[in-house]
Amino acid sequence: MSGQTLFKKLWDAHVVHVEPDGTTLLYIDRHLVHEVTSPQAFEGLKLAHRKPRRIDAAVAVPDHNVPTTDRSQGIADPVSRLQVETLDANCAEFGITEFGMNDIRQGIVHVIGPEEGLTLPGMTVVCGDSHTSTHGAFGALAFGIGTSEVEHVLATQCLWQKPSKTMLVKVEGTLGKGVTAKDIALAVIGEIGTAGGTGYAIEFGGSAIRALTMEGRMTLCNMAIEAGARAGMVAVDQTTIDYVKGRPYAPTGDAWDKAVAWWNTLHSDADARFDRVVELDAAKIEPQVTWGTSPEMVTTIGGRVPNPADAPNEVKRHDWTRALEYMGLTAGTPIDEIPVDKVFIGSCTNSRIEDLREAAAVAKGCKVAANVKLAMVVPGSGLVKQQAEAEGLDKIFVEAGFEWREPGCSMCLAMNADRLEPGERCASTSNRNFEGRQGQGGRTHLVSPAMAAAAACAGHFVDVRKA
Amino acid sequence: MQKFTVLDGLVVPLDRANVDTDAIIPKQFLKSIKRAGFGPNLFDEWRYLDHGEPGMDPATRKPNPEFVLNFPRYKGASVLLARDNFGCGSSREHAPWALEDYGIRAIIAPSFADIFYNNCFKNGILPIVLDAAAVDRLFRECEASVGYQLKVDLDKQTVTTPGGEVLAFEVDGGRKHRLLNGLDDIGLTLLQADKIKAYEERRKQEAPWLFSGSQQ
Repeated sequence: MSGQTLFKKLWDAHVVHVEPDGTTLLYIDRHLVHEVTSPQAFEGLKLAHRKPRRIDAAVAVPDHNVPTTDRSQGIADPVSRLQVETLDANCAEFGITEFGMNDIRQGIVHVIGPEEGLTLPGMTVVCGDSHTSTHGAFGALAFGIGTSEVEHVLATQCLWQKPSKTMLVKVEGTLGKGVTAKDIALAVIGEIGTAGGTGYAIEFGGSAIRALTMEGRMTLCNMAIEAGARAGMVAVDQTTIDYVKGRPYAPTGDAWDKAVAWWNTLHSDADARFDRVVELDAAKIEPQVTWGTSPEMVTTIGGRVPNPADAPNEVKRHDWTRALEYMGLTAGTPIDEIPVDKVFIGSCTNSRIEDLREAAAVAKGCKVAANVKLAMVVPGSGLVKQQAEAEGLDKIFVEAGFEWREPGCSMCLAMNADRLEPGERCASTSNRNFEGRQGQGGRTHLVSPAMAAAAACAGHFVDVRKA
Repeated sequence: MQKFTVLDGLVVPLDRANVDTDAIIPKQFLKSIKRAGFGPNLFDEWRYLDHGEPGMDPATRKPNPEFVLNFPRYKGASVLLARDNFGCGSSREHAPWALEDYGIRAIIAPSFADIFYNNCFKNGILPIVLDAAAVDRLFRECEASVGYQLKVDLDKQTVTTPGGEVLAFEVDGGRKHRLLNGLDDIGLTLLQADKIKAYEERRKQEAPWLFSGSQQ
């Protein structure tokens, strides 16, 4: 018998009940809640006269609608305000811990979970948000759910699931200078496509992954969903354990020792079999830039906008043509000649302290180019912001001409006031370049934080290795 | 939840791959705290020429005459024909809510994104996977014939074309049962309450730190 995958170990530890057809009632350890996908779930509970089963397993935070500018006047948009107030009221009514908008611990749900030690190795973690895959970086089984399932988890602390297929994405070797976890994520998506991971849980392994910090692993697992996989994960190692130790909600004393003993078993066995294995050579990965309206429409900074005539099939030819039209790009244009109007550094993909350090290292001593209307840095949480300010990163950004904002999801999806206007082109460290994602008619190019900072200073995309 | 048994419905073809949930229901409409009323804003950015915001009266909007949902021949469609990876992106259940509110009860595509696929079943919508060649054929037939209808039978797991071709599809047994009967998932899960309790008791011994709580 072959050994077990990390996915199988996590799965088996959470099985409550199995139906004859294999459908499994899976126990959920941590439920993260935000304002957008929870109001209807709480309403459903109330209508059915149900109560949350374990309020201690849930934590809530408003992130999508919050302003990133001065918050002393509250939220200007009454519809956004009502949604945040509804979260406040539901948490108060049911006794769920919430980091409110003015709490220093407030931030993007996928940043604060790990930061507070609410996300721990070996857990099942869910949230009504597809980027919940982020938490898999801790050797956890983490995936996004819809609002009906948010209600289901509140009421039962369980979910009905069928086991996913397993995929190992193995990245061996050493990343080149200026190449980051974001570039690995985009390169993987370029390789397998946005539906390549559908039906799979992806484990990222290999020496290049083991060399990543927790921030890098979170960036990578965050983007698993853009490859179609609900869950991404990385095995537990000393890097994981060192990150978790001492976090506010992490175990202590004897419980810590017991936990670490189990966590150290959370890796795929050497002889474990995966349903699919994809291998990449870290040394060959270059800084990535998307050119289209799907994360799989990606190339390297040295590349050119592709010609739809070269598309592999008729459906893709149609998609590429449409994407170039939407993006206002001409086939054959070198990527480093594409000018940008705005720059966004932030989102659950790239707003952690390491991301801000990488961007600041590039921004130091430069000035945002005259053609760039707005370059903004949105830290992932109040604590990331505080840390960055302690390190003087805010000053570097402000001196270079970036705006230094309050934490939230911001222009990743433009539910608050931060958005692109029609036709504006943005170098963004977020995760989705879909049509209209950052504002109706907006044009998004996904890049790493260092590449975004370099584009801000140059006024167009530029190879950060030469910047 | 609405039951789904047999549907004989007009088909609307949406000939694009990777249709994401941001396109199905743009973010500004996610600010609602209600479950209903998303239908008028389904595919808002493609369906209208003006910019949509919550609370606008659909009667005052400018429909995009080139968008397929606005073609008079597809008015009243309840079956959506789509391409690969339909529903990718965000987990927002507002996407199936908007489709259902508009009147779509079945979606046929070569593949769906996982979270969207799952969300459909919670809202009385049947997502049907057929192979790409069959979907291609349905697109051609649908575009060639005004008033093109398909008959979807969940119990038999078949899609029948006007020409009498019968296409079989797979669906998970548990989901099929719940959809056929319009059953509430939570009610069914609570029948397992003893097992959930037993799991928790055992787990508290094995991994007590998982129960130390978020209350600090």
